Amino acid sequence: MNNNNPYVPIPMRLVKNFTETEDKLIHTFTLEFVNKEDEEKFKYLPGQFAEVMVYGKGEAPFGIASAPNEPGILKFSVAKVGVVSTALHLLEEGSIVGVRGPLGNWYPLEDLKGKDIVIIGGGFAFTTLRSTIQYLLDPARRGDYGELTVIYGARNPGLLLYKDEIKEWEKRDDINMITTIDRPVEGWEGRTGFVPAVTKEVAPSAENSACIICGPPVMIKFTQPVLEELGFTPEQIIMSLEMRMKCGLGMCGRCNIGSKFVCKDGPVFTLAELKKLPNEY
Amino acid sequence: MIINKREIAGLLENLAKEYRVYAPVEKDGNVLLEVIEEGAEAALGAATKKPAKEILFPQSEELFSYQLSDEGLRMEDKIDKTKTVAFGIRPCDAKSMILLDNVFHNDQYEDVYYTTRRKNTIIVSLGCSEPESTCFCTSVGGGPFNTDGSDVLLIDLGEKYLAEAVTDQGKEFLSKLNLPEAGEEEKAEAEGIKKQAQATSEVDITGLKEKLDGMFEHPYWDRLHEKCLGCAACTYLCPTCHCFDIADEAKDKNGCRVRNWDSCMFPLFTLHGSGHNPRPSGKERWRQRLMHKFKYFVERYNATACVGCGRCIKNCPVNLDIRQVLAEIKAQDTGSEVS
Repeated sequence: MNNNNPYVPIPMRLVKNFTETEDKLIHTFTLEFVNKEDEEKFKYLPGQFAEVMVYGKGEAPFGIASAPNEPGILKFSVAKVGVVSTALHLLEEGSIVGVRGPLGNWYPLEDLKGKDIVIIGGGFAFTTLRSTIQYLLDPARRGDYGELTVIYGARNPGLLLYKDEIKEWEKRDDINMITTIDRPVEGWEGRTGFVPAVTKEVAPSAENSACIICGPPVMIKFTQPVLEELGFTPEQIIMSLEMRMKCGLGMCGRCNIGSKFVCKDGPVFTLAELKKLPNEY
Repeated sequence: MIINKREIAGLLENLAKEYRVYAPVEKDGNVLLEVIEEGAEAALGAATKKPAKEILFPQSEELFSYQLSDEGLRMEDKIDKTKTVAFGIRPCDAKSMILLDNVFHNDQYEDVYYTTRRKNTIIVSLGCSEPESTCFCTSVGGGPFNTDGSDVLLIDLGEKYLAEAVTDQGKEFLSKLNLPEAGEEEKAEAEGIKKQAQATSEVDITGLKEKLDGMFEHPYWDRLHEKCLGCAACTYLCPTCHCFDIADEAKDKNGCRVRNWDSCMFPLFTLHGSGHNPRPSGKERWRQRLMHKFKYFVERYNATACVGCGRCIKNCPVNLDIRQVLAEIKAQDTGSEVS
């Protein structure tokens, strides 16, 4: 085997296949490195993704939901959509899967030191945002950043990801965790309303701040003007894109927007960068 | 060096002892690049139906195989290290390999399948004394005797070929063949042929990239694709198209991962799992194909991703002609350029 062959996955063991949402369509997979040397080589940052392979079925790209300060494992929250994701959902704990990565760029957190961070997420596009929160809350790192505000919305409480962790975050004073659901539901004591409206209410300051936003296109479309109203410039708005991908290496040719490859030049782009690219995503 | 045409068969047979030798061979009415085996007759001079990229980047290849067992997982990658000679390919096909090098060995990753074959392949191209009516290599930085990408260039002198070393690798290769030196007269004849040679058709691409810069939303794309069937022959047969698909094939505990040529002309190529498709119709796909070759590739690698081989013109079932398309694009009013 050629160790520098970027097409060959490393083996990982599925230690937990957890049903994340009430509709059962999203599972969170916790994978453990089988080989120590593979773990040492797998250095990643929040925002990156990996190709997860189910033997005999193929591979598909997913954002990494775990954070670098959670050693020994990788986590992926995956919606049941196609062949690979369905096979993953059906996989028994203890099975071996393949992982290829880390791929793509990451949220520019190093450049955001000293700033307030606003994180806005919707639906199940909260995976690399979870990674980011987990990373920023690391006691060794938290002091490098100002206020941390998180606005996270889902259609109903059952569709929120990482419910237990969110409860813990809500209790802390070093993160302002705001969850919202679209419409009132019995038993829900938190906020209700769509993410753009809640963002307007919460009104995080744009001064010395950056906003990382991930969610369904409709949420992004209506949150963007709110952020602009709050004074966020396109350079301060950081987004992560999705595309159909195969190689993840900038070769197979399908994930480009103009001359940029989402797999290699992205998936993280600032709104300022996206505005320079053709509207084809 | 001089190679007598009568000696080509023997030469190839000898080479085949040491190398895997690809050469154009007539087969079922087509000229294809085939591995030369004993007794096979090369059809030098003819253009191959498929581009020579398939030597480095086969239409279908196994990347690795795997086996699941109680002890774990065994994997074996299939990197092809065979010493290879591509004999008698067209200069346009040789040039395409330089363009593909940019893709398969980019600033971050190396495709070891491609690069290993590339390192182990000697390219002996044959200059085109009679370019076809669909050829336009001279318009895209090439030429019937262009040496980009070749290790050796052959020039047809009627009864014989004059062989010129282009690279050190080519020089070393030729020196092993014990060929007679070319005389002054033969050299002069070859120079004369080279000077005269020109592709039969032309299209002016100066300023094309700048034109395309302002054309993403242009109405020109609305109608261009209307007669296109989306068969993708243009991309499969293009020496610079490099898109591929990756899939797994498995039975019980044994499986392998394969890669196959794919095409931006297919709707499935970009279809998301959610059902969303950023290039849902022929309009976006044609725009992508054109923009990729003449704008995006230029931005990324500072080269046009077209070598003017004309295969897309010759093989299009509805006679869409890229030369005409490029000329039309150049004639469009984009309302923004300064003339």
